[in-house]
Amino acid sequence: MTRLLPEPTPETRSFWEGCQAGELRLQRCADCAHSYFPPRPFCPKCASRNVEVFPASGAATLYSYIINHRPRPDVSAEPHAIAVVTLAEGPRMMTNIVGCPQTPEALVLDMPLRVTFEKQSDEITLPFFTPVKG
Amino acid sequence: MKPKSIAVVGAAETTKLGKIPDLSVIGLHADAALNAMADAGLKPSDIDGVATAGESPTAIAHYLGITPTWVDGTSVGGCSFMLHVRHAAAAINEGLCNTVLITHGESGRSRVGAFRPPRAPSSLIGQFEIPYGITTPPTQFTIPALRYMKTYGVTEADLAMVAVVQREWAAKNPRASFKDPLSVEDVLNSEMIAYPFRKLMCCLVTDGGGALILTRAERARDFPRKPVYILGSGESVETPMISQMEDFTTSRAFRVSGKKAFDEAGIRHADVDHLMIYDAFAHLPIYGLEDLGFVGRGEAAAFIGERNTAIGGKLPLNTNGGGLSYMHSGMYGMYALQESVRQLRGIAPAQVPGAKISVCHGVGGMFAASGTIIFTNEG
Repeated sequence: MTRLLPEPTPETRSFWEGCQAGELRLQRCADCAHSYFPPRPFCPKCASRNVEVFPASGAATLYSYIINHRPRPDVSAEPHAIAVVTLAEGPRMMTNIVGCPQTPEALVLDMPLRVTFEKQSDEITLPFFTPVKG
Repeated sequence: MKPKSIAVVGAAETTKLGKIPDLSVIGLHADAALNAMADAGLKPSDIDGVATAGESPTAIAHYLGITPTWVDGTSVGGCSFMLHVRHAAAAINEGLCNTVLITHGESGRSRVGAFRPPRAPSSLIGQFEIPYGITTPPTQFTIPALRYMKTYGVTEADLAMVAVVQREWAAKNPRASFKDPLSVEDVLNSEMIAYPFRKLMCCLVTDGGGALILTRAERARDFPRKPVYILGSGESVETPMISQMEDFTTSRAFRVSGKKAFDEAGIRHADVDHLMIYDAFAHLPIYGLEDLGFVGRGEAAAFIGERNTAIGGKLPLNTNGGGLSYMHSGMYGMYALQESVRQLRGIAPAQVPGAKISVCHGVGGMFAASGTIIFTNEG
């Protein structure tokens, strides 16, 4: 069963193309240097249209999450975390945490994470995050 | 808004609450509206303003036979009705209309005539949240809580206590869906829905409706019921995406809306006799108490645990039992408003003796929007 997948729009296409290329692309204002997400063709802090796309480091920490015990069948048969992570560059994004048990013991707030990409379809690759080992 | 310039002169819920399989969504709106008009002694021809959410004001006006000169279809989730009260007050003061009917009806449980539009996969939520498995509000509204709990050392038992105290209030209310006593253990042993939230920390899903009628304060004394005046009001929105809320330990929409209402009312927190905070989930009264300024950061769980918001406490909160025990159709804000009005009319099942000022605070979406109405019964 395929996940419910995003339908990119002109304003977000750079992000989804980045995921296909194995890059987590954020945007940054060339005038006020504010980094932001989700994508839009202007700075949400100063309204400048002078913005650029840049590859984020992929480093993040776990900000908060729930473990969904009534998972959507297209996502998982087992309870799984729906998390919000804080990227090293500042913005936050929703994601899933992969490569570790989906338990409160394994999912510790502020733990360091790194982005990992999983292809879902010809057009969509989703960014997930996984604990940084050691 | 000029304090006390506008009054609630009609207020009623649907004849039944809970499970109402014999009425559709629009039927619930109409049942509540007819009850509110009867409460105020008015006919549809006396109403010239209509506000609603969930249905269109066009549909409600036509269904009830109203010809309005002002409508408001603001739909920002469960607090939409607080915003309607605020907008209606401004419209009446501006002379756009004289007598406003605000309706709510929702077949949350029976789903008769109910329609929930799918969220487009091209929307921002569709692109950046839905792919990760969010479904109903228990998988979204709850996400900030662990961050709050870690920041302030709040436990699952603290969350459970919110539900326990509200059940005590519900036990005094014959119309409450759940009235049986509840212990912290009961809550912590209930089914896990979305860790750390268990079933009894989540709101009910029921059918029902409610309606309010507002007019100018100088007309209010001509109506059969004791008028309840609007003393202050506030509203704000933050983000439709829970992941983009700027701080998971506090709601910006709550802070902005609450401050606006308190400033407008010109009251201090110590003046408040009765408080409603929309409780779709057990963490919401905690955020609300802090973001409205009743307690300091991180103090709300202990404040509730020490029974300050319980029966006999200094700040009676969610005295109808709240969304956790009274009812929750989906957009609960209308029922919080109804309870504030009942308390200030002096007819609430769990009446706060001598209540003169009630603060009614709503949330819309998942911390997405907020509306605050401060009522008084002193004209």
